[in-house]
Amino acid sequence: MLDKKELLKEQVIRASGVNPLKCMRCGKCSGTCPSYDEMEYHPHQFVYMVEMGDIETLMKSESVYKCLSCFACVERCPRGVEPAKIIEAVRLEAIRQKGNNHMTANDIPEKVNDDIPQQAIMSAMRKYSK
Amino acid sequence: MIKVSYFPGCTLRTKAKQLDLYARKCAEVLGVQLCEIEDWQCCGGVFVSNNDEIASKLSSVRALIAAKEEDRPLVTVCSACHNVIKQTNYQITNDESFRNRANLYLSQDKEKREPYSGETKVMHYFELLRDVVGFDKIKEKVVNPLTGRKIAAYYGCLLLRPGKVMAFDDPENPAIMEEFIRAIGAEPVIYPYRNECCGGYVALEDPESAKKKSNAVTNSAESHGAELAVTACPLCKYNLVQNGSNIPVVYFTELLAEALGVKEDTNA
Repeated sequence: MLDKKELLKEQVIRASGVNPLKCMRCGKCSGTCPSYDEMEYHPHQFVYMVEMGDIETLMKSESVYKCLSCFACVERCPRGVEPAKIIEAVRLEAIRQKGNNHMTANDIPEKVNDDIPQQAIMSAMRKYSK
Repeated sequence: MIKVSYFPGCTLRTKAKQLDLYARKCAEVLGVQLCEIEDWQCCGGVFVSNNDEIASKLSSVRALIAAKEEDRPLVTVCSACHNVIKQTNYQITNDESFRNRANLYLSQDKEKREPYSGETKVMHYFELLRDVVGFDKIKEKVVNPLTGRKIAAYYGCLLLRPGKVMAFDDPENPAIMEEFIRAIGAEPVIYPYRNECCGGYVALEDPESAKKKSNAVTNSAESHGAELAVTACPLCKYNLVQNGSNIPVVYFTELLAEALGVKEDTNA
């Protein structure tokens, strides 16, 4: 029987399709990440912490909502690890929990102005809520 | 006249009407008819990479099926729609489990169709210009060359990444937008931040974060001598303009329309 920690690790690895063991810890993903300064845990740490099964710590961190899904880390990883996909899988584990949406429709009116494109609202809702 | 299927997307109907309007007008001049698919649904704005996310990708699959039924490539103008639909098509082509599950969902639709397995070719409007029309033909059709204007091509992320899926251009050293700028008679400005992120949807909850990213892009373009930046993405345009770009930011279709002589107000 897998315990909760092992189940989470199995789910994140399976759903992201990422093998964290390919990582050689060069840090290039974090070096190229435009949100590095805003993150408590950086892309290379996501990969390592998932490998260690320390996923609940990541799920509770704001870092999962700071990723821009710009895929710079995916493009520039010399080992093809695809860190953004691991961050996505951890974020989904967090927002799929009941009552744990990071943004809801009620939050939108105060965040928009006359110029903001629909695309921004659609994208944010898709990334932050279930 | 070459016919292609066309997916405009939600923002091109609202905040980015110029992107849609001039894409259609210019296509006509270039001998291409954009045939809007019926009853298209929003692509969702961003692709969710998890392979257990199925339902959120079905609107893209329905658009791909509509194009398949007409036996035409599916063209998008918005970078985001393009990214989502191309990534969905890649996934349904290469991931058997996703393909089976997506088709199982779609078998519940009222219309009965053959299972879809990635037959449609997805093209961005830029790819249409390069690979179907050809930049040489565009050059011939230009009546109002934008001679002497120094223009920064802003690719952002969505057109290029992930490179192996988008297969749009070299993701780290792209050239297609610069070729486009040359074709309409202007001078492209190469600058380091042309394929870095503007901050994207994070603008909604953390505008300061988006401001930092956007300023890095426009400062880089300006300091390399650009007088204008050009984009295919409504959210890139919003972020760059909203965060105080010193140079104007316009859609590439506006410049194309100006060069082809089909833009109503050439001072806009």
